[in-house]
Amino acid sequence: MAITTEPRELTPELVRRSLQGRRLSWVDVLIQILLLVALVSSLLILAVLLIDVIRTAWPVFAARGLSFITTPLSPDPTQSGILQGIMGSLALTGIVIVVAFPLGVGAAIYLEEYAKDSVLSRLLVANIRNLAGVPSIVYGLLGLAVFVQAMAGVTNGRTVIAGGLTLAVLVIPIMIITTQEALRAVPQALREASFGVGATKWETIRHHVLPVAMPAVLTGSVLTIARAFGEAAPLLLAGALVTNFFQVSAGASFVDLITVEPYTALPVVIFNWSRQPQPDFQALTAAGILVLLVLLLIINAVAIILRDRYARRS
Amino acid sequence: MRTEQDMARMLRGNPRRRRREAIVRTLFFLAAALSIVVSVAIVLSVVIDAVEFLSAIDLNQLWADGWFPRRGRFSIPTIFVGSLMITLVALVVALPLGLGAAIYLSEYARPGVRRALKPTLEILAGVPSVVLGFFALSFITPNIMQAIWQDTQVFNYGAAGIAVGILIIPLIASVAEDAMRAVPQSLREASYGLGAKRWHTSLRVIFPAALSGIVAAVILGFARALGETMVVAIAAGASGGALLNVDITQGGTTMTAAMASLAIGSDQVAGDSSAFQSLFFVGLLLFLMTLGLNVLSERLVRRFRQKY
Repeated sequence: MAITTEPRELTPELVRRSLQGRRLSWVDVLIQILLLVALVSSLLILAVLLIDVIRTAWPVFAARGLSFITTPLSPDPTQSGILQGIMGSLALTGIVIVVAFPLGVGAAIYLEEYAKDSVLSRLLVANIRNLAGVPSIVYGLLGLAVFVQAMAGVTNGRTVIAGGLTLAVLVIPIMIITTQEALRAVPQALREASFGVGATKWETIRHHVLPVAMPAVLTGSVLTIARAFGEAAPLLLAGALVTNFFQVSAGASFVDLITVEPYTALPVVIFNWSRQPQPDFQALTAAGILVLLVLLLIINAVAIILRDRYARRS
Repeated sequence: MRTEQDMARMLRGNPRRRRREAIVRTLFFLAAALSIVVSVAIVLSVVIDAVEFLSAIDLNQLWADGWFPRRGRFSIPTIFVGSLMITLVALVVALPLGLGAAIYLSEYARPGVRRALKPTLEILAGVPSVVLGFFALSFITPNIMQAIWQDTQVFNYGAAGIAVGILIIPLIASVAEDAMRAVPQSLREASYGLGAKRWHTSLRVIFPAALSGIVAAVILGFARALGETMVVAIAAGASGGALLNVDITQGGTTMTAAMASLAIGSDQVAGDSSAFQSLFFVGLLLFLMTLGLNVLSERLVRRFRQKY
């Protein structure tokens, strides 16, 4: 073999090629195809799921167009829209953003930038990891016992506030973990340079670490909020109306809607519809799912736009 | 002339700036410490009612015939076996697909293929579970379950389990892929240097080398499947209660589905009946199980990191 003048990086692929040539055994080809099928099957599942939902939802949108979105809930499947579900989900998401974003980012900043390797900080990290693995319905029990019952004076019981706080507590651990990863990716040299010219820790974080980490922090946070948007299980316990969903009032003022009125959310409405035996409800369920998926798509698009904007600025 | 004390004061910096530093640091610490408060609150809110429930009932009721909370029959084996059925079906679906995807992404995929296909796993991970529950009921039951076993009921463990399996594919794939990518390149080079074929290298060298990380991925998937609520509540049926059932073509209940159906009635049922409190007892069991599994997987990952 001729000695090349340019040193080439020795990858396993090169070693394999020079030992075995380009020839692949049929076992190799077969196994590679099987593995690729495993990977592509998730794409296939997604496609089948989308087609199934769109096909089932079609009659609803064909008959009523977009008025489905602006019509209030009703026990009659041919009349029912999904207005309160959308309003409830948006209000819940607002609370999740206001509560979970500052707390999650703050905790992550403490753990990554301030905490020394002590027993306490290791306890905090282990605790947050475990909280991230607790099933969402258990957070519902927390929401019921703490936000609906114990804090009824503040939340007025089964209101959007109780549900929003429950969802916020659910996503804070995930928010912390993704923000920690984003902060860890910021080069240490940046901090050292800032300390070197006399900046304090907070000045360093605010002017140098956070701007660099921001695109990743925002993407992670928005994806985490999207997770809260699709959650139904904790809300079943934290007070979202399920069975008598059509009593959620449609004309209440915005403040009342959040602080005193009973509420429901998009995934909870979908859950309720999916349990109804009448066939009309099946199309309605699919239509609700389509609205949920489109809203999730918009949330994800926001994440991409935010990331691009911040990435360009810094 | 400056005294030593003056020098020390100068080096300590502007007192206002120092105070601001201390306040900011305290605020961030409080945000982090809140997680301990949340943990304590979870444990307390679950344990108090669970203990009350246990003291209110006769313990024989926990081994009664089936799970019918409104009739005072709180059979723990029934809901536990139900949960186990769902997780087993889910793992049968998710293990080959998730691990296969992980091996392909880590050992075979070129960067372009990786960039194109990895997002599909991330999108799949973002699909809400109510959507998969509906998919189980409207697609998997008629087109897969009833196509194989014609007398499959509308609500059945099989369809719910398959949908939960779809839900945990991305989790298993991403954790297992991380584990396999962390295996040092030298192992691959050594394997090829000894003349091993590609499949031999990836399946017989890299896979075993990453085994503890892969087992951690499977345990995480197991824990996630155990805690999944909405898919089971929609597609496995049995909202009123169920007998112990190990047939995947029949419906039944699980720990999470039992909680969900009690929760649905929670705005009507008085808050202090023992049927309602059983919700907290089941929640405690679920919490302890998933906590144990998560701690176990964390240990495995740490051991794996130490090795390389």
